[in-house]
Amino acid sequence: MGTEKTRETVLTSLKALKAFFHNYYVRRVLGALLTIFLIATVTFFMMHAIPGGPFSRERALPDEIIAALNAKYHLDDPLWKQYVDYMVGLVTFDLGPSFKRTGFMVEELIATGFPISAKIGLMAIILIIVIGIPVGIVSALRQNKPADYLVMFIATLGVTIPSFVVAAVYIYLFAGVLNWVDAFGLNQPSSYIGPVLALVGYSLAFVSRLTRSSMLEVMRQDYIRTARANGLSRFKVIYKHALKNALIPVVTYIGPMIAAILTGSFVIEKVFTIPGIGKYFVQSVSDRDYTMIIGTTVFYAVLYVVMVLLVDVAYSLIDPRIRLGKKSE
Amino acid sequence: MIPMPNNILDVKNLRTTFYTHMGEVQAVRGISFEVDQGDVMGIVGESGSGKSVTAMSIMGLVDEPGRVSGGSIKFMGKELTTLTDAEMNEYRGKEISMIFQDPMTSLNPVFSIGNQLVEVIRRHTDLDKEQAHARAIELLRMVGIPEPEIRIKNYPHQFSGGMRQRAMIAMAISCNPKILIADEPTTALDVTIQAQILDLMVRLKKELNSSIILITHDLGVVSEVCNKVNVMYGGMLMEKASVEELFDTPQHPYTLGLLKSIPRDVTGERKRLVPIEGTPPDLLKPPSGCPFSPRCPYAMGICIREAAPLYKLSATHHASCWLHHKGAPAVEGFVQVEEESDHE
Repeated sequence: MGTEKTRETVLTSLKALKAFFHNYYVRRVLGALLTIFLIATVTFFMMHAIPGGPFSRERALPDEIIAALNAKYHLDDPLWKQYVDYMVGLVTFDLGPSFKRTGFMVEELIATGFPISAKIGLMAIILIIVIGIPVGIVSALRQNKPADYLVMFIATLGVTIPSFVVAAVYIYLFAGVLNWVDAFGLNQPSSYIGPVLALVGYSLAFVSRLTRSSMLEVMRQDYIRTARANGLSRFKVIYKHALKNALIPVVTYIGPMIAAILTGSFVIEKVFTIPGIGKYFVQSVSDRDYTMIIGTTVFYAVLYVVMVLLVDVAYSLIDPRIRLGKKSE
Repeated sequence: MIPMPNNILDVKNLRTTFYTHMGEVQAVRGISFEVDQGDVMGIVGESGSGKSVTAMSIMGLVDEPGRVSGGSIKFMGKELTTLTDAEMNEYRGKEISMIFQDPMTSLNPVFSIGNQLVEVIRRHTDLDKEQAHARAIELLRMVGIPEPEIRIKNYPHQFSGGMRQRAMIAMAISCNPKILIADEPTTALDVTIQAQILDLMVRLKKELNSSIILITHDLGVVSEVCNKVNVMYGGMLMEKASVEELFDTPQHPYTLGLLKSIPRDVTGERKRLVPIEGTPPDLLKPPSGCPFSPRCPYAMGICIREAAPLYKLSATHHASCWLHHKGAPAVEGFVQVEEESDHE
């Protein structure tokens, strides 16, 4: 009798387990974790495959010092042991000490720098969405009219002019010649204007172009003709029937864009002297700061994967043909 | 003298032109017809003959670079061509509604059937949300959607092609329109569904006391449901007649060609189908004469120089062909008359 009961309990729990793993979100989160694990692994081995190391200098350090440093950071352990140690650390959010910025843990550096980058990034993202989408719509509705040409000309400039040029010109004009804002740092509210503008440029231009072409495509669809033939107002036709369809490709772009913008920009943080994390992505590589390289990569990967997941959820809210985790009927 | 108490739509000398970079494309070149209460009027013609542009002109939905460039469209005495887009919105979907060829793409995929139906009902009536919802369910039942209370929540992708066209019809009749314009409503559908959809339209027309303009290239469909037919070619009206007259005594070489090119296997005898040789005219530089003259087996010198007037052959039968001129050589089957049509 006892064994029969155990069997039943095991079967029910197995069934529950199966249902759990069949849940769409559970599967997506597991998939995301696997992705992050693979990214960390690939980064780890690629990084170590490159000759040289964190203590390589133009004027070579004495061998004893290098040996001592290697021993201190466990770089003299076999590679597989370093890998296992690192991965165990990763699970417990211990990203290890920075090789370059001695005395700091990588997770500390990220935790201090990220909020600064994210604050500027968030302002930029809001601007991009609030301005880019309406500008794209208006431009599409005035297709091939002066307003459209003007907006698309500016958008082309926005896409092609590099952000450091925008930043440099901005500092020269508004901090130098006019002396309206500080040239560096984030001490005044006005100090945010320059970095946000420089950060916004490319994506704002891209989102407005994308919205425009998507709107133009949707406005040609048969269901727009139906809506008009039903006597619906122009406003309803555009902002209800066309926009919801036109937003699908825009959402696809905005998701990953948010991950990229929140993590700051090396160039902009350099030009405006902002202590964000954007610089770590570039510097850590030239510094061969092993822990920082993987730390920033994994951090970015996590943000990215989360955004992609959110994009999929957004899809299912916009388009009823996409139902998460279900085969289409 | 002519009694016209039931005249719902009166189109006179309608011209619709598209002003493109290449030049003016004259899609519709001066056509006239009337729709009376209870009519099912067919507009027949091949692709590019101006059928759909005629329909879009009536709806006021001709888009840039095109516009109605001449003539008049009167709906119950009211001139439509001079109305603004916002004023036209009071007619569209309420007095004159339209269903389209492809039901798969004519409904918005991101809104439920109910949402789209209720929107149109509330646009043109004073019903509140619940009343409009109830009306939407009633409409879906009228067009033969099973379990409308459940189906109303569905999205277009959950409907089959025939059901979507039924939903389109429900939307089009939601405000009891005087005229329903159907532009190739069954072309994209399965053959077995086609007859059902046509039957449904004709039945609803009777119930709602409205009229239908049926645009099609299918003469078989015309013979089944229409009482009047307009035959269009190259943006012009070739022949207009009651359906009996058109099929029994066609009076235009183009109509004759059309009738010979469709299978009519009533007697069971094997007959070779006769194609109409040649291609339709280029409307960018339309020939000055009759558009059909380059393909017409009876073409005379005058046909190439000048388009024929519309000859009135009976009260309901008109044809635009020089063969009806009393001086033309006699051709078997074609009558000759003195009188030209009262309009044109």
